[in-house]
Amino acid sequence: MSTKIEAQELKEKDPMYSLGRKHVLDLDDFSSEELETIFSSADAMAEVMSRDIKKVPSLRGKIIMTLFYEPSTRTRVSFEQAGKVLSADVINLAASASSSTKGESLINTTRTLEAMGADVVVVRHPHSGAPYLMARYCDRLRVINAGDGRHAHPTQGLVDLYTVRQHLGDVSGKKVVIVGDITHSRVARSNLWGLLAMGARVTLSGPATMIPMDLLENSGTYSKNNNKGIGDIEIDTNLDRAIDSADIVMALRLQLERQELSLFPTIREYCKYWQVNETRLAKAKQNVLVMHPGPINEGIEITSAVAHGIHSRIKDQVKNGVAIRMALLQELLLPKTGDDV
Amino acid sequence: MNKPIVIRGATVVDPAGPVLLKAQITVDEGKILAVKEGSADSVHEDAIIIDADNLTLSPGFVDLHAHLREPGFEDKETIATGTKAGVAGGFTTLCAMPNTNPATDSAAVVEFIVQQAKKAGNSRVYPIGCVTKGRHGIELAELRELFDSGVVAFSDDGTPVWDSHIMQMALLYSREFGVPVTDHCEDLQLNQGWVVHEGWVSSRLGLPGYPSSGEESMVARNIALAELTGGQLHLAHLSTAGSVDLVRLAKARGLRVTAEVTPQHLTMSEEWVLGSETADHTQALTTGAYDSFAKVNPPLRTKKDAAALLDGLKDGTIDAIATDHAPHCQTDKEVTMQDAAVGFSVLETAFASLMGLVHKGYLDLETLIQRLTTGPVSVLGKQFAELASLNPGTPADLVIFDTNEQWIVDPDKFYSKGKNTPLQGKTMTGKVKLAMVDGKIVHNDIESGGFG
Repeated sequence: MSTKIEAQELKEKDPMYSLGRKHVLDLDDFSSEELETIFSSADAMAEVMSRDIKKVPSLRGKIIMTLFYEPSTRTRVSFEQAGKVLSADVINLAASASSSTKGESLINTTRTLEAMGADVVVVRHPHSGAPYLMARYCDRLRVINAGDGRHAHPTQGLVDLYTVRQHLGDVSGKKVVIVGDITHSRVARSNLWGLLAMGARVTLSGPATMIPMDLLENSGTYSKNNNKGIGDIEIDTNLDRAIDSADIVMALRLQLERQELSLFPTIREYCKYWQVNETRLAKAKQNVLVMHPGPINEGIEITSAVAHGIHSRIKDQVKNGVAIRMALLQELLLPKTGDDV
Repeated sequence: MNKPIVIRGATVVDPAGPVLLKAQITVDEGKILAVKEGSADSVHEDAIIIDADNLTLSPGFVDLHAHLREPGFEDKETIATGTKAGVAGGFTTLCAMPNTNPATDSAAVVEFIVQQAKKAGNSRVYPIGCVTKGRHGIELAELRELFDSGVVAFSDDGTPVWDSHIMQMALLYSREFGVPVTDHCEDLQLNQGWVVHEGWVSSRLGLPGYPSSGEESMVARNIALAELTGGQLHLAHLSTAGSVDLVRLAKARGLRVTAEVTPQHLTMSEEWVLGSETADHTQALTTGAYDSFAKVNPPLRTKKDAAALLDGLKDGTIDAIATDHAPHCQTDKEVTMQDAAVGFSVLETAFASLMGLVHKGYLDLETLIQRLTTGPVSVLGKQFAELASLNPGTPADLVIFDTNEQWIVDPDKFYSKGKNTPLQGKTMTGKVKLAMVDGKIVHNDIESGGFG
């Protein structure tokens, strides 16, 4: 085939499976119902994880491959653990060990994994959109995006939403402040779609150089009106003002090398105006949740006192990572009529 | 090709004169012999007769901007395949951009290109020479010798002449040659790592953007240098509304500035990268998103930009439509957006894309033909006027097309080696049926029954 494969219809719906979809590429097409399906499943998975014997046979005989073109600890390990607890066979491919260094294209790698019988590939790639390219070129194989460039990190988004739900119940109408380098953050993008779908009011904060131009100019066009209420986005570069009465504060990792691109003058100045510290946090709601997708630069985007303080839910995020990924794998791979649960 | 050719029944659209209905065009010895309205005189009995009822005839199209890739990148395109694609798209003259390997910075490469084009025998090919040695942007190429060897413009296309001093010298040194310095306007500091236009789509997809200002700042610089030097400046593939305004102002001030626009920047917008030209903020991405086949330099911009470019084309601010035909191998394109090569294979879809504007009522056919024929020729200079003329005695370079024929873009059927088009599978209206260069039929898609 010498010409490009035609772009497919909407992310192929797959009614045979309880999560009616083939791939998980982003949260932008998840309805609040679908999110609830995963969250209730995650509750059950959390129960499994609390057992003495952490093993259920639901994905016996399924093959999960993880393909990571970027280093990762918690995401890759939590996928591996999730697959193993569900009795799937998990094969980890580090990009340095795969054929990519010999110049094999991402498309050929995808086809190879499919030919080898993988049921799902969990991919992390430094280029935005890489999982979409893979999804276009596979037939039976399912693709889960474990982080692509600056674009999306849907499973981290699910973890964050689930963590919020555990502590606050419904996120609808809640004020969520995301602070940091929004432009370069895949976590921010995925959380944004999930939060909007759940009816949250999101305020993005950080230096103007770290907020996408289109959001700076047109944030109003992103609001979403659905059965969960109105989800919308506000931009406020002044964190001291933005954090006022916040229900949730999410700090993003500051990529220190961005300073070389002049996105901010110095780390000192960044900390002075955008660090999540105790003084600022005092302006938020009394029961505010503090979150961070990790890995943390303690003392830079967030102080140690806050990261480990009473408001911090960072440990829960890590813990929930496994349950959410178990839920996602099961809902994605298990037929509705599955009888071996 | 000694027999005369008589084309009967065509509507003639010639920028030099009024539209003629049911005209008869006689070609002999490679030249136009006569163009007459109505079925005219008796036809020489040996003549080859082409029945062009319901078809339209115009001077052949002249493309100021094509990448033919030879020498050096013959896996992407050769002069033979590129010129065959050209005539299939109605382009009887192609100006070949110099980003070959070796770059077209010496008379030897110019001669090679001319020889290869002669051997292929499809369209005419005029090489464009480099502004700087090796297109490295450091020292001037031997511009005078390049001009004497036959280049029709100077350009480092693919990259801008980023050093303002070098650009100033190039404009001054060449100002009496009567050929333009064509700059690819791109401020390399403003679009580092770019993949798409800086706008809502880049925000949405998390892709590094190339803001409009990255083009406009270079357009402004070049216009200032044209004013300083009195040199002849041509601006390649304008893509933003701001650039059109700058050129309009420069022309009003009487500077020697011309400009071109591509069919893709006139008809497409940033949304194509989403795999759906109608997508908006509120929709989820589809698996068609991140369409690397829609990656091009300059990037597809906003619908407002496309509208401003069209206005500029109509009011004459933009002199010419040029294809920026940029063929690539599939393996250069079937990769992530960031890794993908820039550019489209355009020659065989250009006319139909532009006819889309005519059918929608945005552009009239006469203006379109002008911007594909005498418009580009005026950029090259008076000495090339015959390339776009149907006057008796001029070389018979002409094209016959059907303005209403519908067809579906299937890159496998392209003559070009470059199958890289975002238009694959799209239904187009308007098709080139026949092209003639020097009186020789170099492309013929008229049913064989059409020949008497």
